Amino acid sequence: MTAATACIEHVRELIRDRDTGERILPVAGASKPALSRAGDGVISVDVSDLRGIVEYDPAELTVTARAATPVAEVAYALAEHDQYLPFDPPFLDAGATIGGAVAAATSGPNAFRHGGVRDFVIGVRLIDGTGRLVAGGGKVVKNAAGFDLPKLMVGSRGRLGVITQLSFKVFPRPSATVTHRYDLGLDRALATIARLCRGPVALDAVDVEPGGRLVVRLGGDADVLGARSRRLSDELGALAELLEGSVDRAYWADVASFSWVPEERVIVRVPLTADLVGRADAALRAAEALVRYSLAGNVAWVAWPRGHPADELASVLASLGLAGVALTGPPLAGPLGARYGGRFAERVRSALDPFDRFVAD
Amino acid sequence: MTGFLDALASLGLGSRLLTGPAQLAAFGSDALTAFHQRPLAVVLVETAEEVVEVVRVCHKEGVPFVARGSGTSLSGGSLPVQGGVVVALNRLNRVLRVDPDTRIAVVEPGVINLHVSEVAAQYNLAYAPDPSSQAVCSIGGNLAFNSGGAHCLRHGMTSNHVLGLRVVLPDGEVVELGGGSTEPVGPDWVGMFCGSEGLFGIALQVTLRLVPIAECKRTSLAVYGSLEAAGDAVAAIIRAGLLPVAMEIMDALAIEAAEASVKPDYPKGAALLIVELEGERDVVAADAVRLDALLRESGATQTSSTEDAQARALIWKGRKSAFSAVGWLAPDYLVQDGVVPRTRLGEALAEIERLSAETGIRVANVFHAGDGNLHPLILFDGREPGAVERAEQLAGDILRLCVSLGGSITGEHGVGVEKRDYLPLMFSEDDLGLMRRISSAVDPEHLANRGKMLRPEAVG
Repeated sequence: MTAATACIEHVRELIRDRDTGERILPVAGASKPALSRAGDGVISVDVSDLRGIVEYDPAELTVTARAATPVAEVAYALAEHDQYLPFDPPFLDAGATIGGAVAAATSGPNAFRHGGVRDFVIGVRLIDGTGRLVAGGGKVVKNAAGFDLPKLMVGSRGRLGVITQLSFKVFPRPSATVTHRYDLGLDRALATIARLCRGPVALDAVDVEPGGRLVVRLGGDADVLGARSRRLSDELGALAELLEGSVDRAYWADVASFSWVPEERVIVRVPLTADLVGRADAALRAAEALVRYSLAGNVAWVAWPRGHPADELASVLASLGLAGVALTGPPLAGPLGARYGGRFAERVRSALDPFDRFVAD
Repeated sequence: MTGFLDALASLGLGSRLLTGPAQLAAFGSDALTAFHQRPLAVVLVETAEEVVEVVRVCHKEGVPFVARGSGTSLSGGSLPVQGGVVVALNRLNRVLRVDPDTRIAVVEPGVINLHVSEVAAQYNLAYAPDPSSQAVCSIGGNLAFNSGGAHCLRHGMTSNHVLGLRVVLPDGEVVELGGGSTEPVGPDWVGMFCGSEGLFGIALQVTLRLVPIAECKRTSLAVYGSLEAAGDAVAAIIRAGLLPVAMEIMDALAIEAAEASVKPDYPKGAALLIVELEGERDVVAADAVRLDALLRESGATQTSSTEDAQARALIWKGRKSAFSAVGWLAPDYLVQDGVVPRTRLGEALAEIERLSAETGIRVANVFHAGDGNLHPLILFDGREPGAVERAEQLAGDILRLCVSLGGSITGEHGVGVEKRDYLPLMFSEDDLGLMRRISSAVDPEHLANRGKMLRPEAVG
């Protein structure tokens, strides 16, 4: 029996034989401690043995790996064939796993080009709340058979099942990249983003730094990248800063490890829309948060002071109709702010976890 | 049942409540005409509130209901249920809002797919999923069956473009799922609802992601001596790191059918490969050089390309009319949409050809090669005794072949009523058991689109 099989059997038994009312929380890379640290009455189950790439044929543009395979390991294997995970999962250096990236729904800034985690996960194996090992989706890029369990796992945070294996679509990796930074301030940055995102230049990343600096990344064929880069700066006027080669790569590696977030702050992921960014920014800054906007205003990374109560952030988010999930800091029961899914969520959850074996929100 | 019909009538639908046999007959089938079932009644709803009221009456009386848009399902997705109601959503056809800054459109479920792009075009935006039936099919149906299209290779399927939903659950409760962000808070309830084949209720309002219209589109045609050679060319293009938006293959029979109907003037050959590049002008120009070289090296006997909008439109018209065009070749046909891993395309096509020769049943092939999504069109004459059964037998063999190669029984048409019995080829009893438990948890009485995807007696 391989370590992975033993691990699966162990988790299945744990789930089946549990009669003490304790709930379980699967943990592997622990790169997002707010989601991996077990709270009171919760047993943390280490699934790190579920590791390794199961299937990767570059000509298929798909990869299947066990859930606790580090993102870095998958990224390395893909890069050998000039391919990548287009959803750009962060926390690589901290040991993030592909299962964790799916369970936390963490798409990085370069997901702007082709889409987030939900757009690239195509198959899943998981242990449900009855201890059964079940599969959903498949290994082919197009598949409409059965309920879309792979997508359901995106952001499920161990609440709906223990993910054991995942399949993803992958894409050819841009062979060269370049980054532009413009000191515009938030308002002008937002107006510029709205214009840029309707074409014609296809962008890999569109972020706004906490100080309001717009950061735009271009990726693609090295032969035409220079011309495209000039075209972009012509459209935008005065270019503040151009990051190329290793400087460009180092900048985005820093973003992926959240090195901009000071030690005394926790990271909260808040999906939103660009039209809400202005209001959200005013409210969050009034509460002393630092915020980086990514994916052209589709997600806010909120750096929240550790000393401030989470409830305060929850009420700011709720007042904007938003919800956020803390990734670092102490574990919290559920998303902060607005609730999503209503009775549909309750019913689907009851089918996956009928005996309350998993952590509840 | 009179009590139920009285309850429906009390909703004030007037002449929009159809109960006469002649009126009902038109709703008995969708595009999978082999199945027919006359419903008890049809309601032509005009507002989301009416949908909710009808669902609540159905729930109270325990009467099953089926939502229907344009009725273009190829898997029997909107086939009525005996004794049930058809909720026709065609009149819920408004694009409620297009926001060019956030690049989203909020639409009603009866909106025609192509109409979204027509409305968004003023902002240089488009709705990417483009099923062949896009000029008539509705967003609600696209969402329920996670429809695809020719451009999934880069853009993905319907579920990749649906961000938010307002839905009425089978018991009449209305819930909001997702929102306008491309990023879910999680779990991705919207993703779960997409492709659920109507089993979770009816979408009342749908928030769609829009994409910028590329400044340059270049469509190439390449002729090959065999389907296998065309399939190998697709693999070579992917291996080379190019990412076209679409790669389609048609065989000689499909080309013949297209020529007979919409006359796209395709070059003649055993196999035609259509490859479309799109993006910035500079990028397309650079990719085109590489693509042309790859097409030559892969043994194309003839190639041509165009950036002209009209010429491109004609190429796609020929491709997208292929299903209806085979009507020129045979009185009846079955279409399957199994998927195989891209690298097994050649193998799958050779086996289909062998099965066709062995059974003497003609099969036309037209498919989304870049996705490994086959569309074998099995031609027959329903007037010949046993012909339907033989065609169905062959269709089943092709689905088994797709699964044995590591693929799926459906890439974009859904399971519907047609492929229910093949679902166990892909999923274990435990996998299916979970799907049934989810279905039962959301809809304990199985009122919403009963019998689609999962067999009614097996649900429980």
